[in-house]
Amino acid sequence: MMAVYIDQEICKGCEICVHYCPKNVLEMAADVNKRGFNYSSVVRPEDCIQCKLCEKMCPDLAIYVEKE
Amino acid sequence: MIKQNPQRKHIRDDKLPHFFCPGCGCGQVLNYFLRAVDEENINLDEMVTIGGVGCTARIPVYLKTDTLHGVHGRTLAWATGIKLHKPEIPIVIFAGDGDLASIGGNHFIHAARRNLDVTVILVNNLNFAMTGGQVAPSTPSELKTMTAPYGNKEPDFDICKLAIAAGATYVSRWTTDRPNQVIKGIKDAMKHKGFSLIEIISQCPTHFGRYALDSGNPQVLLDWIKDLTLTKTQADKLTAQEQKGKFIIGEFIKEDKPVYTGSSVYKEACQ
Ligand SMILES: Cc1ncc(C[n+]2csc(CCOP(=O)(O)OP(=O)(O)O)c2C)c(N)n1
Ligand code: SF4
Ligand code: SF4
Repeated sequence: MMAVYIDQEICKGCEICVHYCPKNVLEMAADVNKRGFNYSSVVRPEDCIQCKLCEKMCPDLAIYVEKE
Repeated sequence: MIKQNPQRKHIRDDKLPHFFCPGCGCGQVLNYFLRAVDEENINLDEMVTIGGVGCTARIPVYLKTDTLHGVHGRTLAWATGIKLHKPEIPIVIFAGDGDLASIGGNHFIHAARRNLDVTVILVNNLNFAMTGGQVAPSTPSELKTMTAPYGNKEPDFDICKLAIAAGATYVSRWTTDRPNQVIKGIKDAMKHKGFSLIEIISQCPTHFGRYALDSGNPQVLLDWIKDLTLTKTQADKLTAQEQKGKFIIGEFIKEDKPVYTGSSVYKEACQ
């Protein structure tokens, strides 16, 4: 089951989550959201170790990592 | 179905996305504060948060607390009034370095001297951000800003040392790229009885990064801050000259002293 949720409509595309994720789970999407920001997306959910670094460091409160 | 970060229950959700630029440290401090509140089961309904003017000062605008947002540099004057009238109300102030170390400098010194029982979360983004990136008392020497195109020729302030010298009873400094330490620091500052200051060195990619580092990329700024960061233990082994230009992090003071309660004449007048 996928555990990382990203609210792509409030993501501003700063890429902090992509940079700090120790497992390379996240990548920037090719698409933009309705405000024109290139958003972050979950591409390798199976690699997530649920460290919550992305959720904690997101300046926009856009990420939620659900502990299974 | 997209599940949302549960911390968002503490904020005025309809105001998201917030006003901060992409990758701004103010957003991270908002996130760290909410986490500290959650972990300590703090009831935001009972709290007053205060911001002056500036990007940092907008953090309280998003919180489901009673909030004051208004005059640049005067957060501690308001806090003093509230505390004298209702000492049981917990107060958290979100202030920029310009707000408290510059225009509000005198309020800062005297609130610390009195050991007013408030928590100050000072987001030091090393410039006056909201007004376009002017040089501030906290801007490191020799760096360029919008108003210091040949580099800042003034020495910068060590805000933590200033607070300790004035009489603050809890003082620590962290950086935005250390979430766990910032969250713990905010919790400790809120639990401490007396004047608590947590200074958080933070990235303003839009103005500080653009002029000082020629880059608006938040990661460039975060890495620059990280490279200049020393823990207190590391710094203690160095000379004053070697410590120059570094961000020294850690808890610097934590002590119990009587808190300011005003004069009895005032209290009687209120009754
Ligand atoms: C009395 C007064 N003087 C000047 C200003 C203009 N002003 C608005 S924000 C600001 C600087 C904010 O800098 P800081 O407190 O460091 O916050 P930041 O925006 O960097 O987070 C200034 C000088 C003002 N609003 N009120
Ligand atoms: S929880 Fe940790 S491992 Fe999982 S996506 Fe976030 S940063 Fe990566
Ligand atoms: S101007 Fe700087 S401090 Fe203000 S919101 Fe933008 S990045 Fe943040």
